[in-house]
Amino acid sequence: MTPAISVAGLTRRYRDQVALDDVSVEIEAGSITGLLGRNGAGKTTLLRILAGQEFQSSGTVNVLGAPPAENEHVLRRMVFVREDQAYPDFKVRHALRAASWFYPNWDAGLADGLIADFDLWPNKAIKKLSRGMRSALGITIGLAARAEVTLFDEPYAGLDAVARQIFYDRLLADYAERPRTILLSTHLIDEAAALFESVVVIDRGRVVLEAAADGLRGIATTVSGPVLAVDEFTAGRPVWNRRRLGSQASVVTVGQLDEAARARARSLGLDLVPLTLQQLVVHAADWPASPEAANFPPPAMEAASA
Amino acid sequence: MAGLDEGTPLFAQVAERLAAEIADGGLGEGERVPSTNELAAFYRINPATAAKGINLLADEGLLEKRRGIGMFVADGARQQMLAQRREHFVDRYVRPLLTEATRLGMDGGELIAAIRECGHEQFSDSPGGVAV
Repeated sequence: MTPAISVAGLTRRYRDQVALDDVSVEIEAGSITGLLGRNGAGKTTLLRILAGQEFQSSGTVNVLGAPPAENEHVLRRMVFVREDQAYPDFKVRHALRAASWFYPNWDAGLADGLIADFDLWPNKAIKKLSRGMRSALGITIGLAARAEVTLFDEPYAGLDAVARQIFYDRLLADYAERPRTILLSTHLIDEAAALFESVVVIDRGRVVLEAAADGLRGIATTVSGPVLAVDEFTAGRPVWNRRRLGSQASVVTVGQLDEAARARARSLGLDLVPLTLQQLVVHAADWPASPEAANFPPPAMEAASA
Repeated sequence: MAGLDEGTPLFAQVAERLAAEIADGGLGEGERVPSTNELAAFYRINPATAAKGINLLADEGLLEKRRGIGMFVADGARQQMLAQRREHFVDRYVRPLLTEATRLGMDGGELIAAIRECGHEQFSDSPGGVAV
């Protein structure tokens, strides 16, 4: 399939700091992708460059087949919702009307439905909105724009769990009706994990993992129990994180465990708890540094993402 | 994500749930299966993931596609599912049972007595139940 977003050798340097370091990544058209990583990893810089709001120091960036920077033809087909989006001195309905002029696929019915879902009053001044309500406005514009490429950068600051669920549900429903390329950066990884078809993990300006999201489930497991049993079970397996308390040990092993391995763990009296996507991302910092995990991702996963 | 577990791919879990419904008769043969988008909305998962689950069952011959209408439970799907489950019964249920019994130091007589007792409690009212 043709990629909607294609980035090669992308580097962004500020004075003495490298925000993005030789990033190459392709985002498939019509997929929902999670852009994950710790704060300061480079997610926002990448999204800003994709949205044409910032320029790379070197490397190439193509969105919908062309460089986005100062390219009206590309920018109108793309919407970028950022954390703490600033607005002019507008009322909510003015912001929606302005967006309806800018985005060719704007769906006014969808926007009306969303502001009702979020209890957002059309006549309220944006500067008087709470942080969460401003996020709700950004989300409304991001979804109702129905742009071919939709970039969400931590779009839900200040939104409570109920409102975030509304966002996820509306996103899925509208995506089902009108599939498009959606890139969502979030630190609430576990609650959003099931929405993603693929994930890109960035750490310290580098892409450390690009994979099919579903293939990551069960890719790493915390094995805990008596030290001897844990050692026996994990011998010969790649291991990330080893902790010990008295006669008990807890170790993270990498690689899917088949039914035989699970049965063996049970007979050794071991507990197996799969790592969540969020925990995998937390361990992202360990991946390049840990020689034992040099074979990560395992071959099975690469096949799954191909 | 509605009630799905963490360690197994979601597509496999979607397939598993549909298969269980077919086996239980909740989804009868010839009945329409929920669409990819319905499943995605219900489980709150990516539609591509839901589609992969449906396709897995279609590949196994449990579902059949009717062009322009959707996916339907194939004839004979229920029998096929039940046969598959019987095949896996020993691995999934009997072996773990024996492992735990061994760990607890139970002998064969105790284990059989426990199964009998349980069977009497659970199936005393249903003549079609397991006779032990």
